[in-house]
Amino acid sequence: MRSTTSRAARAALATTSAAALALSLAACSAANEPDASGGGAADPSASGEAPVGGDLSGTLVGAGASSQQAAVQAWVAGFNGQNPDVQVNYDPSGSGAGREQFLAGAVNFAGSDAYLDDEELATSEEVCTDGAIDIPVYVSPIAVVYNLEGVDDLQLSPATIAGIFNQTITSWDAPEIAADNPDATLPAQAITPVNRSDDSGTTENFTEFLSATAPDVWTEEPDGVWPIAGGEAAQGTSGVISAVQAGAGAIGYADASQAADLGVVAVGVGEEFVLPEEEAAATALDVSTRVEGRPEGDIAIDIDRTTTEAGAYPVILVSYGIACKGYEDAATGELVAAWMSYVVSEEGQAASEEAAGSAPISDDLRAEAEDSIALIAGS
Amino acid sequence: MSAPVATAARPTGARRRPGDTAFSGAAAGSAVLILLVLAGVALFLLVQAFPAITAPADEVPGGEGLAVYVVPLLFGTVLSSLVALLVAAPFAVGIALFTSHYAPRRLSQALGYVVDLLAAVPSIVFGLWGVFVLAPTLQPAYAWLAENVGWIPFFAGPASATGRTIFTASLVLAVMILPIVTALSREVFLQTPRLHEEAALALGATRWEMIRYAVIPYGRSGVISASMLGLGRALGETMAVALVLSGSAVGITFNLISSGNPTTIAANIALQFPEATGLDVNTLIATGLVLFVVTFAVNFVARAVVNRRKDFSGAAG
Repeated sequence: MRSTTSRAARAALATTSAAALALSLAACSAANEPDASGGGAADPSASGEAPVGGDLSGTLVGAGASSQQAAVQAWVAGFNGQNPDVQVNYDPSGSGAGREQFLAGAVNFAGSDAYLDDEELATSEEVCTDGAIDIPVYVSPIAVVYNLEGVDDLQLSPATIAGIFNQTITSWDAPEIAADNPDATLPAQAITPVNRSDDSGTTENFTEFLSATAPDVWTEEPDGVWPIAGGEAAQGTSGVISAVQAGAGAIGYADASQAADLGVVAVGVGEEFVLPEEEAAATALDVSTRVEGRPEGDIAIDIDRTTTEAGAYPVILVSYGIACKGYEDAATGELVAAWMSYVVSEEGQAASEEAAGSAPISDDLRAEAEDSIALIAGS
Repeated sequence: MSAPVATAARPTGARRRPGDTAFSGAAAGSAVLILLVLAGVALFLLVQAFPAITAPADEVPGGEGLAVYVVPLLFGTVLSSLVALLVAAPFAVGIALFTSHYAPRRLSQALGYVVDLLAAVPSIVFGLWGVFVLAPTLQPAYAWLAENVGWIPFFAGPASATGRTIFTASLVLAVMILPIVTALSREVFLQTPRLHEEAALALGATRWEMIRYAVIPYGRSGVISASMLGLGRALGETMAVALVLSGSAVGITFNLISSGNPTTIAANIALQFPEATGLDVNTLIATGLVLFVVTFAVNFVARAVVNRRKDFSGAAG
C-alpha cells in the first residue's frame, strides 16, 4: 500500500518536472523567435533574385520600417487586384534592418523612416546598376494625446510640450500650460508623460520636433529610443494609447489615426495652434525643403519642424520607399516600378489612408515621385 | 528510497534483447541531445555577444559600456522575480499543505486541477489581464501608499497614474509561478513518511503540530527547490512583463509604485529587438547571455538543494 502511493507520487513528480522542462523549453523557443524571424528575412532573397518571367508576374521582396506595415498590407491587396500574378512580401524588420538588407542585395526594395545617408548611397552604387533613390510613400501625423477630465481643447506650444515630456512641468495647472490656454480651467493634477518603451520611428520624429522647436528646453539628441528616464513607458502605439486612457492626467504621443477618443493637443505653430489633420500634415510636407546634393530622382525631405506656415502641422513622420534606379534583372526593375507607381498613386495613398490613417501625399509630390519612378530601369 | 529503484532498473545478468539495446540507445541519445542543445545555445550566445563585450564603451547603447547597460536590467529582473517569489511562495505552501493534508480527497484533486490549469494559461493572457484589470485596480492603492506611507523607500512615489508598476508586474509573475511551486511542494509534502506522521499524531500532536514537526521539516528543501524553479521561470518571463511594466530606464531604484521602473532583461530584448541593428543586436544578445547565466545558476542551486534532500531523506527512510 505504502509503496504504491509513493510510486504514484514519484510518477506525479516526474510529470511535473517534465512539465517544468517543457515550460523552460517553451521559454527558450519564445526567446529565439525574434532571431528566427530575423534569419528568415534572408530567405526571401533567394526567391527575390530568381529571374522573373512574363509581363508583371513574379515575386517582389521588401523589408524595413514597421511603421509602414499596415499601409503595405493595404498596398499589397490593392496591387494584387491589378496584378494577380505578382507576389509581394514585406518583412517589417525595422528601418535600419531594411536598409541593411537592401544594401546587401537581399531584398528588392526597402521601407525606411529615414532616407539613405551619403555612405549608404555610395554602397547602393555597388548593389544597384545606377544607385538607389528614396521616395516618400507614407506620411503620418503624430498626435499629442492626453487624458484630462474637464479640458477639451488643449493647446500647447512646442516649449511647453518639451517641458512636459522632460518632466520639468509636472502639474496641469503650471503657468506655462495656463499661458497657452487662457480660457481653460486647469486642475492641479500631476502630469504623467507616456513614452514608447520600444525603439521607434515615432519617437525619433517626435524628439526631432522637440529638439528643433524648443532647443532650450529639450536638450536631448533626437533618437528612436526615448532618452528621458522616469516617465511612463508603454509598448507600441496601442500600448501608449491604452496607458494614456488608463492614467488620469496622462499625456503621450502616437500616430494620429490611433488617437481614438482621447483628447488631441493643438500644437503651437507660429502664432496659431494646429490639430494633426491630414491636410495640415500635407501642408507641412509641402513647405519642407528637399535635402541638397542628392542623386537625380531622389526625394529626400528635410522636414521643416520650425515652420510658421499657416495650417501646417510639422509633427509628422515621413517614411520612404527605397528602390534601385537600375536592377541587373530588367524584369525585377519593371516590377519594382509598377509597385512604386501603385504605392504613390491616388488609389494607393487612399488605401493606406483607410488602412493606416496616413496622410495622402499632395499631387505635386506625386508628380515628382512619378518622375523619379520613371528612372527605375525597366519602366 | 530512490536508490534501490535505480539499481533494479539495470538487470545485470539478463540476456540483452534488441529492444533493450534500441531503447537504451535512444535514451542515451536523448540525453546527449539535450546537452548538445544547451551547449549550442550557450555557444550561440557567446559568439553573438562577443562584439558587444569587446566593443568600446561609447558604442554600446547608452554610451557608457555594456556593464552600465546590463546592471539596471539585471536589477529589474531580479527585483521583480524576488518580489514575485516572496508573494507566491507562502500561498503555494499553503495551497500545497491544504491539498496534501487538510482537504478531502475529492476537493484536493479538483483544486490540483485548477492550479495546474493556471499553468496552462499563456503568458500573454496574463499580461493583458495585468494591463487591463490588475493595474487599474491597484492604482488607488498605490496612490494611498504614496500619500500615507511614502517614507518607506518602497512606496516613495509619486504613484503611477496607470498602475503599471514593477509591483504590478511582480504580482502577475507571482500568479504565473504559483502553479509550479504549488505542484512541486505538494508532491514533496505527500512524500512525508507515513510513519513520521502517525508517530507525531500518536504522541498527541494536533494536525497542525504534526505538520509543523513532521511534514514541514521533511519538505523544506523540496519547497526551496520548487521556489528556485519558480524563480527561474519568473526571471525569464518576457511578454507579460513587456506589456505590464512601464520600464523607463531609471537605473537602480527600490521604489515599487511609480511610473519609473527598471525594466527586465527579457522584456527589454523583446521591446528593442525589432528595430535593433548592428552592435545593438549584439548588446541585446549579451544581456540574454547574462540572463542565461543567472537562470542557469538559479536552477543549479535548486538542483543542489534537491540532491542534499535526497541524502537526508535516504538517511531518514
